[in-house]
Amino acid sequence: MIALSLKDLDISYGDTQITHKVSLDIAEGESFALVGESGSGKSTVLKAIAGLAPQWTGEIRVLGKARSHGVDRDFSRICQMVFQDPYGSLHPRKTVDATLGEALTIHGIGNRSARVEEVMGSVGLDRKFRFRFPHQLSGGQRQRVAIARALMLKPKILLLDEPTSALDVSVQAEILNLLKRLRREQNLTFLMVTHNLPVVSFLCDRLAVMRQGRIVEVADIDELKRGDLKESYSRELMQISAAHAT
Amino acid sequence: MAMLRDWLIDDSPASPMQARLGRLYRIFGALMHNPLAVIGAIIIICLILAALFAPWLATHDPLRQALAERLLPPSAAHWLGTDELGRDIWSRVVYGARITLVIVALVAVLAAPAGLVIGVISGYFGGWVDRILMGITDIFLSLPKLILALAFVAALGPGIENAIIAIAITSWPGYARVARAETLTFKNSEFIAAVRLLGASSLRVNLGHVLPLCTSSMIIRVTLDMAGIILTAAGLGFIGLGAQPPLPEWGAMISRGRSFILDQWWVATMPGFAIILVSLGFCFFGDGLRDVLDPKSGEQR
Amino acid sequence: MRPLLEIENLRVTFPTARGDIDVVRGVSFTLGRERLGIVGESGSGKSMTGRSILKLVRAPGHVTADKLAFDGIDLSTRSEKQMRAIRGARISMVMQDPKFSLNPVMTIGEQIAEALLTHKRLPRREVNDRVHSMLESVRISDPERVARLYPHEVSGGMGQRVMIAMMLIPEPDLLIADEPTSALDVSVQAQVLDIIDELVRRKGMGLIFISHDLNLVSSYCDRILVMNTGEVVEECKAGELMKAAHPYTRGLIASIPRLDETRDELPVLDRSAWAKA
Repeated sequence: MIALSLKDLDISYGDTQITHKVSLDIAEGESFALVGESGSGKSTVLKAIAGLAPQWTGEIRVLGKARSHGVDRDFSRICQMVFQDPYGSLHPRKTVDATLGEALTIHGIGNRSARVEEVMGSVGLDRKFRFRFPHQLSGGQRQRVAIARALMLKPKILLLDEPTSALDVSVQAEILNLLKRLRREQNLTFLMVTHNLPVVSFLCDRLAVMRQGRIVEVADIDELKRGDLKESYSRELMQISAAHAT
Repeated sequence: MAMLRDWLIDDSPASPMQARLGRLYRIFGALMHNPLAVIGAIIIICLILAALFAPWLATHDPLRQALAERLLPPSAAHWLGTDELGRDIWSRVVYGARITLVIVALVAVLAAPAGLVIGVISGYFGGWVDRILMGITDIFLSLPKLILALAFVAALGPGIENAIIAIAITSWPGYARVARAETLTFKNSEFIAAVRLLGASSLRVNLGHVLPLCTSSMIIRVTLDMAGIILTAAGLGFIGLGAQPPLPEWGAMISRGRSFILDQWWVATMPGFAIILVSLGFCFFGDGLRDVLDPKSGEQR
Repeated sequence: MRPLLEIENLRVTFPTARGDIDVVRGVSFTLGRERLGIVGESGSGKSMTGRSILKLVRAPGHVTADKLAFDGIDLSTRSEKQMRAIRGARISMVMQDPKFSLNPVMTIGEQIAEALLTHKRLPRREVNDRVHSMLESVRISDPERVARLYPHEVSGGMGQRVMIAMMLIPEPDLLIADEPTSALDVSVQAQVLDIIDELVRRKGMGLIFISHDLNLVSSYCDRILVMNTGEVVEECKAGELMKAAHPYTRGLIASIPRLDETRDELPVLDRSAWAKA
């Protein structure tokens, strides 16, 4: 079954059109990456799916159902998002408990305490962090909280906006391992935006390369590993990544 | 005591209550390290104590006239002297603290929440809502405070209640501006986006997430404005549109003392000192609060 | 030949409510006219090391060192005024984000010219020529147009190249680059680093390249210091990074995903292995 389907998606901010006829199909349980440089429109696609960039035309279908333009409650139980900056995505005056419990309160789900501890456990956060404020946590711990928040409503699809680019490499490894395990355990579908091809290679099954608001190429992860990308721009991106790696 | 302290600064609180109290304790500790804030706090506490215990602190009935003892200089019997009707100035200043405190508290309770709500709504929704609300705010802001208050009191009739209403009406626009600016900076932050994605309604986002972030700057602003409010109230009292005689309001007292300023300086000076002292107290405390609470300083204590 | 920079037992201390914290704990190294990379994760003290060379550590931070000498000048005894004469003219620093380092109300040309004029008196004509040739050397093809632009009118990569031009126009002997490309796209990163590399080599300057990115540092430096919690845990030639001995360095290298990734799980640093030692 198709988890997420985009058809001829044109997204604009004001008078500027950011993406041009973006079409994608992502299967249920798949981990899909959108790669490109800044300004390629990859984050905007994620925002449009989430409902944070409501100015679009075309079609977004989530689990077969067409999506409206705004943010709605039913959608929030299916699809959640993890942001790039763990320092900006947590409310500075709310404890971990309040941040995680909020989702349950909004949707009137009971058994709050048990659920909060369960999700904290599954993202590898010790119970002692439950009543801490964000400024008492490290970057990696904050990102775990952000992932936990996204999982509170047991969604099917996670939108990941450069979830590790603000983290140190050793912490990045922990978060990537965590994401991989969560996907396996909870049968999640990932749509990740990143510029880091090695991360794609570790975490994803397929990728789409974006440039100036258009999808240039959709490829399988094995093609990336073998260096078999067809478009010259994709190969260029790959070479830069490879030149970095020793 | 040591146990309580350990419980408060515990890095892994066990309940929301402990987390909140721990945060307050840290803010309190930071405030105590700021000498000016401590001085300000002491002055404000003195004001509150004076207001609460006025009957015990006063040496005379503030309203009792004794024409035989009029315009006496400060002495053992009358610590700050007496006024033109023979009333004890010390007792009047002490009772005046009650009036000042009531004015300040009521204005804060009326104006700050109104400004906060208007500012947050205006900032969060933007568009025509913002334009209308900020247009009204701008009109109020463009008129001098005292003149506007004067106009209101003139329309409503003189008296302490009307003075309070007039001052409240003139001070909310400033708070609305602050709240709107704060809301604009938080509105597009990722943590607000995250709450919206959880399905929270606009009301919930605003009340539960945006508003709490604006309150600390609001508290700072209100504390710093207290001095201005006291001065405006005193100004209204001075020109006879605030508290009416024989109420011992400080501004009105200065006004009466003006006629004797050259020969009996204490009549006008003593309430004047009280005004200066209390205004300074609020300013110092407000500055200290700003250093501690300002969200831009990151709260890394 | 005497080394460009000698540092012995450098310490940076910050007082906190729970006692003093050493952010840098006894770092020593010498630098010739070479390219030295300092790598570490956040909190490793790498940036503080760079800042303490220029005495830019803000109060209440406190810097001590047995020796802190630049080209024979003892920096630790220099006054703030004397340091200002050294900063820019002899030691320059490129910071992470050009947006915060450039003055938004001055044109790019004016800012570069100012960087030059602060340390030298030159006739107007020559200043303009030098500014344009400097912009050319950071591979800006139409320097006349770019010199007239304001910082917000250029892209991040262009902004960072302008920063480099500004820092290098007084012809310093040492350039400290603190995460100079972290805010930039990967493709632009390489370009900016190539420019730094070329200019450093051509002018025979010393370079301290501070970064969290092991791969980047190893491909642009001669020698590498790996820092962890304020100490240098490993010092090696850039080419020999793969043979690193310290478990921290080895753990870092292993935890980076690779393009031809086949591992099911990335190895995670076990800090207990050396943290207590």
